[in-house]
Amino acid sequence: MTVPGDTERAENGTPLLEVRDLTVHHGQLRALEGISLRVFPGEVYAIIGANGAGKSTLLRTIAGLHRPTTGTVLFDGRDVTRLRPERRATQGIVMVPEGRRLFGSLSVEENLKVGATYARPGPWTIERVYELFGWMRERSNQKTAQLSGGEQQSVAIGRALVANPRVLLLDELSLGLAPVVVQRIYGMLSQILATGLTVLLVEQDVSQALRVASRVQCLLEGRTTLEGEPGDLTPERVEAAYFGLGETAAGGGDAGGGNGGQPVPSAGHRSPVPGGGQAMGQSSGGGSEQLWPG
Amino acid sequence: MAWVNAIIQGVLTGGLYALFACGLSLMFGVMKVVNLAHGDLAVVAGYVAIGVITVTHIPVLWSFLIVVPVMALLGYVLQRTIIQSALDRSVLTTLIVTFGLSVVIENGLLQFFTANSRAIGTELALVRDSFKVGSQIQIGYLLVVIFAVAVVVLLGLQYFLSASKYGRLIRAVADDREAAQLAGADYRHVFGIAAALAFGTVALAGISYGMYSQLQPTTGTDTILLFAFAAVVIGGLGSLWGTLLGGVVLGVAQQIGAQINISDEVLAGYIVFLAVLVLRPQGLTSRRTQS
Amino acid sequence: MSLITETAARPAGKLRVTRSRRNVAWTGAGALIVVVVLALLPYIVYSGTTSIIVQAFIVLTLASMWNLLAGYAGLVSVGQQVFVGLGAYFVLILAIHGTSPFAALPVAVIACAVAALPLWWLVSRLRSGYFAIATWVLAATVMLIIERFSSIGGGTGMPLPGLSGLSSVLLTAYTYWAGLAVTVVALATMYLLLRGRLGLVLTAIRDDEVAARSSGARVGLARLLVFVVAGAGCGAAGAVLAISQLQVQPGAVFSVQWTAEMAFATIIGGLGTIEGPIIGTAVYMVLQQTLASYNAWYLIILGLVAIIIALWSRRGLWGLVDEHLHFRLFPVGYWLWPEDVSRPSRLLSRLRRSGTQ
Repeated sequence: MTVPGDTERAENGTPLLEVRDLTVHHGQLRALEGISLRVFPGEVYAIIGANGAGKSTLLRTIAGLHRPTTGTVLFDGRDVTRLRPERRATQGIVMVPEGRRLFGSLSVEENLKVGATYARPGPWTIERVYELFGWMRERSNQKTAQLSGGEQQSVAIGRALVANPRVLLLDELSLGLAPVVVQRIYGMLSQILATGLTVLLVEQDVSQALRVASRVQCLLEGRTTLEGEPGDLTPERVEAAYFGLGETAAGGGDAGGGNGGQPVPSAGHRSPVPGGGQAMGQSSGGGSEQLWPG
Repeated sequence: MAWVNAIIQGVLTGGLYALFACGLSLMFGVMKVVNLAHGDLAVVAGYVAIGVITVTHIPVLWSFLIVVPVMALLGYVLQRTIIQSALDRSVLTTLIVTFGLSVVIENGLLQFFTANSRAIGTELALVRDSFKVGSQIQIGYLLVVIFAVAVVVLLGLQYFLSASKYGRLIRAVADDREAAQLAGADYRHVFGIAAALAFGTVALAGISYGMYSQLQPTTGTDTILLFAFAAVVIGGLGSLWGTLLGGVVLGVAQQIGAQINISDEVLAGYIVFLAVLVLRPQGLTSRRTQS
Repeated sequence: MSLITETAARPAGKLRVTRSRRNVAWTGAGALIVVVVLALLPYIVYSGTTSIIVQAFIVLTLASMWNLLAGYAGLVSVGQQVFVGLGAYFVLILAIHGTSPFAALPVAVIACAVAALPLWWLVSRLRSGYFAIATWVLAATVMLIIERFSSIGGGTGMPLPGLSGLSSVLLTAYTYWAGLAVTVVALATMYLLLRGRLGLVLTAIRDDEVAARSSGARVGLARLLVFVVAGAGCGAAGAVLAISQLQVQPGAVFSVQWTAEMAFATIIGGLGTIEGPIIGTAVYMVLQQTLASYNAWYLIILGLVAIIIALWSRRGLWGLVDEHLHFRLFPVGYWLWPEDVSRPSRLLSRLRRSGTQ
C-alpha cells in the first residue's frame, strides 16, 4: 500500500517509530492484520477507527504489552519486537494507557514519582509537570481516586512525561471525558511537542484527532482503510473508511485544496462511542474544572 | 485473675502471630500468591539457626543476623524462579506448587532431622524469666520482647512501603502491574523484593518461635500457617496494622478457649477464623468487600 | 487511496461430530474385562498383594475426586481429608452401634454427601487462595471437634468393631471387593457426569465464568454438585480405609497427607483428564512400594515430581500420551471432522503463540 507523503518524508530521515506488516491475535481472534505505519520525529500521528477496530491493540503491541504473531516494531531503527514493555519504556516508548490506569492507592505525587523512577534524562521533571497543570501542586498529596476524570487524565499524562519519553503513546484520551475537557487536554499537546516529543495517539473522537494530527490512519476490523494527511481527506472519505462503506464515486477527486487546514465539521463524524458524550468522573457542582492556571 | 492473665498472654502472643503473618500478607497482597509453604519456611529458618549455632557456637542473637538475610535472599531467588513460573501459568498452579514445596520441606526435615522437637536454647535470662505485675499477673520477658519486635518490624515495613522507592514500586505493582510496566518497572524484580521481605520476616518469626517454644518438622502446617492466615484474614488484607489486630484477636480467642477447656485452645482460634471467613471475609479493618 | 473490501468468508462444508475418534464400544468392553479380572484377583494372589491393591484403590478414588474438584471445577481444596475422616468415622459410629462395617459403607457415603452441604455453604463464596485455606481450617476444626468425643476414641482413636467374626481370608477378600466397588463406582460416576451436561457447564465455567453465567449456566449449582460428589467419593475412600486398617485414628484419617497424595497423584498423571489419576496412582504406588523403607522419601520425590510437572507440563503424563496419540479411554469431549478429512481438524491448535507478556 502506498503511503502519501512517503516520498517527502524519506528525505527527512529515518522514522522514529516504525511498524511493519503487523499481525496480532487475541487467542484465536485476529485483531490486526498487515498494519504498517511510520512516525517521524516531532509529528503527531493519529489512529482512528470505531470500537473494536484494533486501535488499542496496536498501541499496546507497540508498547510491548502484547506480542504480535508476525511483523516487526522498530524504534529508532532498532528492532524492539521482542523487547519487554518495561525495557521499551526506559528506551523511550512510554504509553498513557486507556482508562488512565493510575495507581489507586498512591497519591498524585507518588504516581509521578513512580513514573520518574526509571526516567531517561531530559527536560521533564515533576516540577515541570506541576507547572504544566497548575492545579496539581496543591493537590499533590491527594489519592488519585478522588480526582475528576480530566484531572486523572492529566496525572496519567504527567506520569508518562516525567519518564522523558521520545515517543508518547496516547490511548483514547477522550474516553469518558466531557468534550470541553478533551479539547483542553489536547490543547496542551503543543506545549508537550515543543519539548521535542513525538506523539502517536489513538482516538475515537475523529474530529479531535483530525484537528491535532499531522497524519492519520484509519482502522476497520484490524485492517488499514485509510491513511493520509488531514488536509487531504474529505469527510466523506473518512466516513467511508471509518464505517467500511463502498468507495464513493468521486473519492479521489475532491481531496486537497478545499479543506486546507480547516477542521472537518464534527456533526457527521461524532464517533459512536458509548459514554463518548457522557462525562464520567466529572467534578460536580461549581465550575471549577481547573486544568491549568488562570 | 486467671482471665486477665489469659488476655494479656493472648495479646502478647498476637505479636508473634503478626510477625508470622506480615510476610504472608505481603505476598498475597502484592502478587496474589497464597504461599502454603509459608509456615514451613519459618521452621526451616529455625532449624538453620540451630544448625548454625551448633556448628559455630555463636550467641543466639547473632544467628538472626546470619539466617534472616540468607532467607531473604532465598526468597528473592525462589520468587524469581519457581513462584514466578507458577504465577505465569495460573493461580491454581501457585497453590499446587507452594503446597508441594510445603510437603517436600516438611518431609525433608523429617527425613534429616527426625520428628524430635528442638528448641533454641540460650543462656540469656531473658528467655526464661518473667516479671510480675501486681501479685497475680505473670508475664514472660520473651513474649514481651517478641511483641515489641513485631511492632518494630511492622513500623519498619510500613515506613518502607510508604517512603522508599521500592516500597512505592511494590504498592504500584500491587495496584496495577501493567501500568507499572509501562512506567519502566520490571514487576518480576519488584515481586522478588516483596518475597525477600516476606521470607526475611518469617525467618525472624521462626527463630523467635524456636526460642519461645519448640520446633518440629510439622510445626509449619500444624501451628504456623493456619494461625498466620487467620491473623491476616481476621485483621483484613491490605493493612499491616490490621494483621497485628488480627493476631491479637486470634491470641485472645485462643486463651479464652483455653480458660473454658484446656484442650480447646486451638479449636477456639479456628472457630473465630471460620466465623470471620463466613461473615466478614474482608476482615475487621478493611472497608472493601471481597467480591 | 484504495479501500479494502471485506474478504469473502470461506463456505462451510459439512461437519461430522463424534464423541471419540474410535469406537467407544471397544473401550467399554476393555473396561469390563479389566474389572472382571480385578474382581477375580483375590482368588489368585496372596493377601499381601490385595492389601496393596486396596491402598491403590483408595488413592485412585481420592485422586479422581481431587481431579474433579481442581481439574474440572477449578476448586483447589487442601482440606479433602475432612471427608476421608468423616467417612471413616461414620463407619466407626455405625459399627459401634452394631452395623456391619460393610453395610455401613454406603450409609457413610450418603452421610458424607449430606455433610458436604453445610461445609459448602461455609466456603462457597471464597476465591481460590481463601478457599484452599478455608478447606484446610475446616478439616483441622472437624478433627478437633471429633477428638473431644471419647466415645469414639477421643484423641487416640479406637479399633473398628464388628469384623471379628470373619476369617482373615474372607475379610481381606471382602475389603478388596469393597475397595474395587468404590473405585469403579467413583470412576463411572465421574465419567457419566462429565460426559453429560455437567461436563459442558464445567468447561464453560473454566473458559469464561461470566459468559457461562450469562448464558444461563447454573454455575453455583454445578460447583455444589461437584463438591458434594467429591465429598461423597472421599468419604467412600475413607470408609474403605477404616475397614482396611481395622482402626480409626483421628490423626491418621484427618491427616493433610491424604490431600498431598491425591493432589500429587493427580498432577503427575494429568489434571483435567479422567485417565490422569489412574496413571498418577500407578506412579504413586510404584514409588511408595520401592521407597517404603526410606520413610519420607517417597513423598519428597512425589512432591518434587509434581512440582516439576505442574510447572512444565500441566497436563501431566497422560497429557503427553493424549497429545501424541489422541487416545482417550474415557471420551468426554467432541471431535470435529470437516467434510473431506480423515483426521479431525487441527485448526484450533494454531495461534497459540500470541498473548501478553
